Amino acid sequence: MTAVTHAPRAAAPSAGEPPARFRDLLAAEWLKLWTLRSTWWAIGLSGLALVAMNANGALADYNNWPHYSRSIRAAFVPGWSLGDAFSNNTGICLLLAAGCIGAITVAGEYSTGLIRVTFAAVPARRSLLAAKITVVAAVMTAYGLVVAGTSFWITQAILSGRHAGISVSYPGAVRFVLVSALLAPVSALVGMGLGALIRHSATTMVTVVVLLLLVPNLLTDNHRWEADLNHALVLRAWQRLKDVGPEYLPPGTPGYHLATVAGSWTVYAVWPLVAVVVALTVVHRRDL
Amino acid sequence: MIEVNQLTKRYGRTTAVNNLTFTVRPGRVTGFLGPNGAGKSTTLRMILGLNQPTSGSVTVLGHRFRDHPRGLRHIGGLLDAGDVHGGRSARAHLAVLARSNAIPSARVEEVLREVGLAEAARRRVGGFSLGMKQRLGIAAALLGDPPVLLFDEPLNGLDPEGVLWVRGLFRRLAREGRTVLVSSHMMREMENTADQLVVIGRGELIADEPLAEFAARGTRLSVTVRTPDAGVLTGLLTAEGAVVRPDGEGGLSVAGLDAARIGELAFEHRILLRELATRTASLEEAFMELTADSVEYLAGDPR
Repeated sequence: MTAVTHAPRAAAPSAGEPPARFRDLLAAEWLKLWTLRSTWWAIGLSGLALVAMNANGALADYNNWPHYSRSIRAAFVPGWSLGDAFSNNTGICLLLAAGCIGAITVAGEYSTGLIRVTFAAVPARRSLLAAKITVVAAVMTAYGLVVAGTSFWITQAILSGRHAGISVSYPGAVRFVLVSALLAPVSALVGMGLGALIRHSATTMVTVVVLLLLVPNLLTDNHRWEADLNHALVLRAWQRLKDVGPEYLPPGTPGYHLATVAGSWTVYAVWPLVAVVVALTVVHRRDL
Repeated sequence: MIEVNQLTKRYGRTTAVNNLTFTVRPGRVTGFLGPNGAGKSTTLRMILGLNQPTSGSVTVLGHRFRDHPRGLRHIGGLLDAGDVHGGRSARAHLAVLARSNAIPSARVEEVLREVGLAEAARRRVGGFSLGMKQRLGIAAALLGDPPVLLFDEPLNGLDPEGVLWVRGLFRRLAREGRTVLVSSHMMREMENTADQLVVIGRGELIADEPLAEFAARGTRLSVTVRTPDAGVLTGLLTAEGAVVRPDGEGGLSVAGLDAARIGELAFEHRILLRELATRTASLEEAFMELTADSVEYLAGDPR
């Protein structure tokens, strides 16, 4: 064991203490994320799986194409082409993957006890959490863009074999890809907020699944109040925002309420915003 | 210098720390002693700003610790060696902490070598023994070269070589003019480590004095006597003003007379002595005696 020699020092903090910079916290949180092998696995494997799910859907349409009726073939572009670019089931899986990755970045730090070491090193708790949120949101946005972009490219390449693929310049295609990509950071931030609130890994995961996936599947659009509640959920907002073609709008049955696009964008913004505010508030106040 | 001033912490109806006031000075190792559940860890967490006091205050070098945006250059703290993510390597754990406080990464290698973890730096912490985790926690506390260091039960899980090393380290840190506070529930651990003792029980201050003074409290002399004529001798000693009790092992425990006088009395009355030994109560006994009324979780019969 090599002893490191210290000059005897005064009982005061180092005179040359560098200023507290936010970018040091960003760098630390970046390092914290990528020094865990589980991050690489979670992001890599889930990303591959999501792209594969979409490609598989497009492949099914490619193979079934000869059996499709003339009317289906005629209506395939753009609604069905886009539907293959990011399917509903893939969206649900992205929602859960991103929500859980976000949740574990916060809840994992609490459940291991590391949070006490972290906050003893950085007593400015809100700054630290803001850095963590910034890093995770940025990484999940990039992840969403890669997954949604790659899915679009692969699925349309497959469909182009049947002359049913569309290019990204097709009206609404960019919005479609963007809305699906943003589902990742939106879900991740909701997960982070729940993680900060609940602080137990398993309970946080269950809550993420219930709130993001189960609740929207229990609600219908048959009553005004129910529809309002339903439209205020992340999954429904994504489903509304990605439907660009008129043929994808639900049937105009009486009493059937349709979410608005502007309202759905608001839902997309408000959920992560509330999650961030909740996280920053509780983390500042609570004992550890 | 740590100043704890009328510190109180309540959790619902439970009072973990009650009106605690003491000062920890630089340049020596201060032992922070108390039975399990006495409120040591709660106090250390309040010093580190992790828990908010119900009332009272703690300052470190005149400042509330939580008012510093970054902490590692002010206090190095090891609260629980298990407070790490098992998936990270030792080096990564320290690198993240160093980065958040703008500490150069060369310092990470330095502290790894200092605590003897240089070889294990790349291994994941999840596979570490408790002793290795303690070393990692000590490394983290040293990262910022801070003037104040807190260690909660740092000797747990260390091998004898590790214990010796830690004691040497604490002494060196104190010699360098730093404030060093080390908690323990074992008096024996403090005997060779601390210069000053702060003893608490049930969240209240019991003693705050130099180790030597504290030890003196417990040196009630008693003499163990073994003799076939226990009855006769007891009568003689009691007549001389001593307090005699059976020591439970077939001998007598005599307080109030020294061994020389007891020997004289036995000789004068032709009583055979098989053993005559002076016993001084150990620090451990002094501690037990002082905290007997304030033990939170007592095994066996309730008193």
